[in-house]
Amino acid sequence: MTEKEIYGTEPAVRSMTRRTLMQGSFLTAAAMMARGFSLPAWATTPAPIVTMGKAKSVIQIWMWGGPAHLDTFDPKPEAGSDYSGPLDHPIETNVSGMRISELLPLLAKQGDKYSLIRSMTHGLYSHETASYTVQTGRLSGGHDVFPNVGAVVSLFKGYKAGYKGLIPPYIVLTEPQGRFAEEGFMGQQYKPFATGGDPNQARFAVEGVVVPGVTDQRQKDRRALLHQMDSLGNSLKDDPQVAALNTTERQAYELILGDAGKVFDLSQEKDELRDRYGRTTFGQSCLAARRLVEKGVPYVTINYNAGWDTHKQNFQTMRRRLPEMDKGLSTLLQDLSDRGLLESTVVWWCGEFGRTPKVAWEAPWNGGRGHWGSVFSAMVAGGGFQGGHVVGSSDARGEEVKDRPVYPLDLIGSIYRQMGIPADARLPHPEGLDVTTIPSKAEGLPMAGLLKELV
Amino acid sequence: MKKMWVTVAVMVTLVSGSILAQKPAAAKTAGFGSAGKVDPVYESAAAVVPQNRIDELVFAHWKQAGVQPARLCSDAVFVRRAYLDVIGTLPTQAETQRFLADTAPQKRSRLIDELLERDEFADYWAMRWSDTLRIKAEFPINLWPNAAQSYHHWIREALHEDMPYDQFAQAMLTASGSDFREAPANFYRAMQDKSPKTIARTVALTFMGTRAENWPPEKLDQMAVFFAHVGYKPTREWKEEIVFFDPTGEQGGVKRTAAELAAVSLPLNAVLPDGKKVRLAEDQDPRKVFADWLTTPENPWFSRAITNRVWFWLMGRGLTADPDETGPGAKVENAALLDYLQQELVRSHFNLKQIYRLILTSEAYQLSSIPVGDGAKSRANFASYAPRRLDAEVLIDALCQVTGTSEDYSSAIPEPYTFMPEGTRAISLPDGSITSSFLELFGKPARDTGLQSERNNSFNDAQRLHMLNSSHVQKKIQQGPALQDLARGAKNNDDLVNLLYLTVLSRSPSNDERATAKQKLQGGGRREAVMDMTWAMFNSTEFLYRH
Repeated sequence: MTEKEIYGTEPAVRSMTRRTLMQGSFLTAAAMMARGFSLPAWATTPAPIVTMGKAKSVIQIWMWGGPAHLDTFDPKPEAGSDYSGPLDHPIETNVSGMRISELLPLLAKQGDKYSLIRSMTHGLYSHETASYTVQTGRLSGGHDVFPNVGAVVSLFKGYKAGYKGLIPPYIVLTEPQGRFAEEGFMGQQYKPFATGGDPNQARFAVEGVVVPGVTDQRQKDRRALLHQMDSLGNSLKDDPQVAALNTTERQAYELILGDAGKVFDLSQEKDELRDRYGRTTFGQSCLAARRLVEKGVPYVTINYNAGWDTHKQNFQTMRRRLPEMDKGLSTLLQDLSDRGLLESTVVWWCGEFGRTPKVAWEAPWNGGRGHWGSVFSAMVAGGGFQGGHVVGSSDARGEEVKDRPVYPLDLIGSIYRQMGIPADARLPHPEGLDVTTIPSKAEGLPMAGLLKELV
Repeated sequence: MKKMWVTVAVMVTLVSGSILAQKPAAAKTAGFGSAGKVDPVYESAAAVVPQNRIDELVFAHWKQAGVQPARLCSDAVFVRRAYLDVIGTLPTQAETQRFLADTAPQKRSRLIDELLERDEFADYWAMRWSDTLRIKAEFPINLWPNAAQSYHHWIREALHEDMPYDQFAQAMLTASGSDFREAPANFYRAMQDKSPKTIARTVALTFMGTRAENWPPEKLDQMAVFFAHVGYKPTREWKEEIVFFDPTGEQGGVKRTAAELAAVSLPLNAVLPDGKKVRLAEDQDPRKVFADWLTTPENPWFSRAITNRVWFWLMGRGLTADPDETGPGAKVENAALLDYLQQELVRSHFNLKQIYRLILTSEAYQLSSIPVGDGAKSRANFASYAPRRLDAEVLIDALCQVTGTSEDYSSAIPEPYTFMPEGTRAISLPDGSITSSFLELFGKPARDTGLQSERNNSFNDAQRLHMLNSSHVQKKIQQGPALQDLARGAKNNDDLVNLLYLTVLSRSPSNDERATAKQKLQGGGRREAVMDMTWAMFNSTEFLYRH
């Protein structure tokens, strides 16, 4: 395989370098503006139409790799089989006129709970820059690396804002994304805690919280031994560094031996409910996410890295993976709703981009789809976002935004709004620069403003 | 501002002149005696007596501040400290025993000399330099794996071969060519953007030890002129990029209007950061003019930034509050000491190892971490060794070494260059994008900014949980072949306890510790007891911190 294939330049433009691609994509954004899309900045949005939201938590379903918008929430059977492939029978949801992929029948029954944004755009085509932009709203290549949504939420809703849980305020289920430093310039304390382990195993061995094969008694004995053996620690008790070590130890044991860690004990849930979520890593991650927000954890990311980067054999992957996503995500929405948590929990689903609408049938792709940043889809539910709406649209073949472009900052800013985080709240910058959660118009980033249709 | 520098430079020269004329230091300054009982595990009973000029300057500072120094550290503390600080590697049990058994009076300085020549010295310091220079294939630096690795390789070789520091800086600042073939040219690529201003800021941070964002804007604009002719162009090879001197200024990292191009058109009058005016000729690469100014021995910015940084790296605290700000406005804790170090660097023809050697063989470096009197004051005056949590990479390497296990490292870029062979040590990873969840959790720098503060070694809850209770660490203890060999090879319980302490904590146990350990061994299953003791040692302050 060549490097290009592995790294994933989409087949349609694979003769171009990534550099020219990037330039091309920025032109796309500029061209959109020229075509008359107005770009009012957040700062100049007229006085708030709604009051700040009251959502308490966010669950982010991160579709690592970028799933095809045409095969999920923006089906285009009318464009012909070169676009829709074999998935050309989308189904109606319980909201009339809102169609989604035929592989998502359970989500189709809950269209009233979520809304779709079919006009997401940023014009970026490589994983790392697109992942960064979708989750920070900023463009890469400036002076700073900005914090992502999870880090910002954990700043404004975490320990400094009165959160007292022993579970860290920003959790990733289960492996880190590994694309960029989520905390950006804000520093290490805003890094997410990645659980490791697999919630679909008999015991969800969250790294550090649950270690299989060590009984509580042995935990206690070992701890006593540690105190007895920590000679230098006893000599340096007054050193602030060492004192911090002792504080973290106390907190760690509250989590290991106390009740807080039980949030990861999925066996406390009824088998029937666990089955409904699906006995898959994703399904049980959704269940774990619900348990976490139930305990007040402000931000949970499910890093759903399940082969969505479908350069090859896209449709096989869709048939294999979408049913598991359908089961997990639909049960999550239902379960949150049944428990009265949906109102206070934002759920957002998005990848770094969509995929090439025109299927690459030829070898070596064999029905693959490349990266596509001109238009893609996102889903939002709960936390005060209205369900049953479709925001914006793509053109007949799903290649460009047709109307109402939504930029990553618009979605992010709307989530902040629902969480009660003001657009002009300052972020702690190491050089003391004046940086706000949502940039001012002067910074020139593309934005269209709040998702008014949904709040 | 400029005037101040001139004065300092003159003073430095005077000080150095007097040094050359000096008699051996020890005769001049009286030693300090320490109060209280000696803890033989961590402390030495020997009096603290100045060994070199650093000590004289540090001792004088203590007197002034009214601080009592800590005792000297014990040999066992020293051997562990020296290995961790100089080569980022735990001494093996055999290395520790050899050092402890050595009776030569000069054994500490001999060990320093040995360690400075080890391959791991180059590995470990190439890691620090790679943090500082942001060597990372992936976002946001995007060097791409093979360029990142050729860059890292070049730095490692430069350290290994003792390349004089002025040449090291010159090579990077004046490099032209392909990122794959002319490794130092990556200096101009390892930045978030390639505008002349960003290059100037990066050069200021890296080689002048100052944050240009705090400068008056016109001063940064003046410096940016020297980097206005750095051109970049792609080649037909995937991800190859040529850095070159572009006299027209057209192919730089920013698009310029005709007027802007005219403004940077050579020849040109330019102003150096010290205010000196120079004429940039038509056929002259302004980077070379800048680099020559920068590395001239009389330029205080250059030597000050690096000596302060080396002091910060070895002592855990710089002579200025922020190790990345040593400019004229920065308050220096012991100005005479910094002047002396600068002068020594120049005198040794920019041999950095000479500065390492001077610091590491000083008494100031060899103090115990247990302070006498007010701890904060003691640390602030370098009157005791500052304990610091081990770096993420050093910690995982130490855990692997003790247990005989290895780690998997991978990159988000599934490229052949990013596949690391089994047994690769974390300190030798060539590219910041090659990582593991352990390294991320324990604060391996993101290599976004090059600031020293990116590496945060304070303990947090998640790290503590991982050490206390993760299956990752538990598995190493349970299945580590080196530990099993140790337990099998021990002649009796006494021997076992001794070996375990030497292997994990680089020292023999005290009588109390031996008694506790033997009791534990007799109390139940031997295998479980060894595991639990290893676990307790891994979680002790002594293991987790350099001390």
